[in-house]
Amino acid sequence: MTTLARRWRSEDRRTAFVALAVALTIAAAIALSSGAASIGAARSFGVLLDAIGVGDIGAAPHERAVILFVRLPRVVLAVLVGAALAQAGALMQGLFRNPLADPSLVGISAGAALGASAVIVLETRLPGLPAFASKLLLPAAAFAGAQISGIVLHRLSSADGRTQVTTMLLAGIAINAMALAGTSALTYVATDEQLRTLTFWAMGSLGAATWENLSVAGPLLVVSIAVASTLARPLDAMLLGESEAHHLGIDVERTKRRALLTTSVLVGTAVALCGIVGFVGLIVPHLVRQAFGPGHRFLLPAALLVGPALLLVADVVARTVVAPAELPIGVVTALVGGPFFLSLLKRKRL
Amino acid sequence: MPILPLLLLLANANTARMVALGGTATETIYALGAGERVVGVDQSSLYPPEATTKPNVGYFRAFSAEGVLSLAPTLVVAVEGVGPPAALDQLRAGGVEVAILPGDRTIAAARDRIRAVAALLADHDAGEKLIVAMDEASARGVALAAKAKTKPRVLFVYARGGGTMNVAGKNTGADEIIRLAGGVNVMDAVEGYRPLTSEAAVRAAPDVILVTTHGMKSIGGADALFELPGLAFTPAKANKRVVVMDDLLLLGFGPRVGEAILELARALHPELAR
Repeated sequence: MTTLARRWRSEDRRTAFVALAVALTIAAAIALSSGAASIGAARSFGVLLDAIGVGDIGAAPHERAVILFVRLPRVVLAVLVGAALAQAGALMQGLFRNPLADPSLVGISAGAALGASAVIVLETRLPGLPAFASKLLLPAAAFAGAQISGIVLHRLSSADGRTQVTTMLLAGIAINAMALAGTSALTYVATDEQLRTLTFWAMGSLGAATWENLSVAGPLLVVSIAVASTLARPLDAMLLGESEAHHLGIDVERTKRRALLTTSVLVGTAVALCGIVGFVGLIVPHLVRQAFGPGHRFLLPAALLVGPALLLVADVVARTVVAPAELPIGVVTALVGGPFFLSLLKRKRL
Repeated sequence: MPILPLLLLLANANTARMVALGGTATETIYALGAGERVVGVDQSSLYPPEATTKPNVGYFRAFSAEGVLSLAPTLVVAVEGVGPPAALDQLRAGGVEVAILPGDRTIAAARDRIRAVAALLADHDAGEKLIVAMDEASARGVALAAKAKTKPRVLFVYARGGGTMNVAGKNTGADEIIRLAGGVNVMDAVEGYRPLTSEAAVRAAPDVILVTTHGMKSIGGADALFELPGLAFTPAKANKRVVVMDDLLLLGFGPRVGEAILELARALHPELAR
């Protein structure tokens, strides 16, 4: 792996970054111009320009609705969530120095799922809530579930101000099992309708893309991604070992805490908006390491380009293969991501 | 060419392009004679059969906004529980009128649903006519059940696939229709749907097991049904009494609710059919 990384000169990396950025732009353009409504690429951009007052192509109301209120927010959501999940995966793999680590392994996703399931199953037993509150309840509970998992995980694995990464991984696996058991218990008492809602929710969807949702979640994701980017150097130092990193002047404990809490916010927000979208967090860091080597200074920013591109493409598949219905995006990412990951394993011997 | 003005005239008479989300919404629209204005339905819209030939936009609890918008509707008629909420917001943002019908499983709610759809179609008279017909059929069913000397004890088994079996307690559509058809729901001490357990089934001692057509298919027939936990030790097994009814007819509480009561009453009281 290191020899692979050493082969990369800085200008090669620059070229690769430009290529990734171009790929992401193309993926976004494809996403904007495909879907159940047959509005082709030229017309999609025409409607977009029309809306901002450049030119007038006489767009039908349903075309404007589809482009401005369905596809465009959806592209933005896919970019943000793809970046968040890929970044969270890279942070977890870096923190645990384990290529299998993933927010879903250490209970953060499961905590979010437990929060959401509790709302789906128990909401009807609450006194009537005003419509705006009941709409916020599910994402808020999912977000809170992820934060609680993250904080409990940190507390359990810390002693005397030091955090044992191995303890944290094992505690995470236990928290994951407990949260999954809680979700199963809720599934057991769910009514038929709630069960269907749970099932669809657990398979993920980018259908919640409204400007309203994005105005809340967008800033949260952008800030967390920015915080995560500052962890590249400390995580690189920690690849050498914790005491080595300490001698290099890195505050190891602070890095661990930040990595964990940033991951909770990224994953909590992503799950609150989209349900469970698997595989992106696991696969993107691996893909990037294949190309750039293990250094987080390249891994983190590259993951921010690859994650969104992957999710955009998966969402185009989800939206078009059974149109006008939709496949759950979690099914697409797992169906496409699984075999792809296996082929990567077989070829490169990770 | 005289055909073009004629087509335009027709188009003006039926301007609403409707998408129906939820089997009961679809059924109500068709029963009010507005089926030709429906341009899309959801997965649970299984009746009438011609509705199933319309473009399908997915399950009404997880439909896609773009799928619906791509059909360029002016009106979306949905049953309570439709979602996700964001998709409804997207429809409204796109200038589509969204009407949500009450979801209760009662005859009163069925009337409200018919009235609401009739108002949307600006066809008050058709709505009142349909309500009268529905009420008459319900009354016939209830009257038939009233003639029965016995009140059979009924257990509704709801197969949800993957081997999960539920029974219906009170405040469920099944509980309501069993009562209307002159039966006793043996599980009326519990609330909502509960997992089927051997002991509860044996203790309840139902005379009749009620299942839906899809449920029966997923269980694998009457023989497999009586192999479910506890059911082998019930009077229903001894007398081989199983009633199978169409899912949407039995539980939908749509315009056919009277028909459903009659059919179930006849099945629960075979002596009356003679």
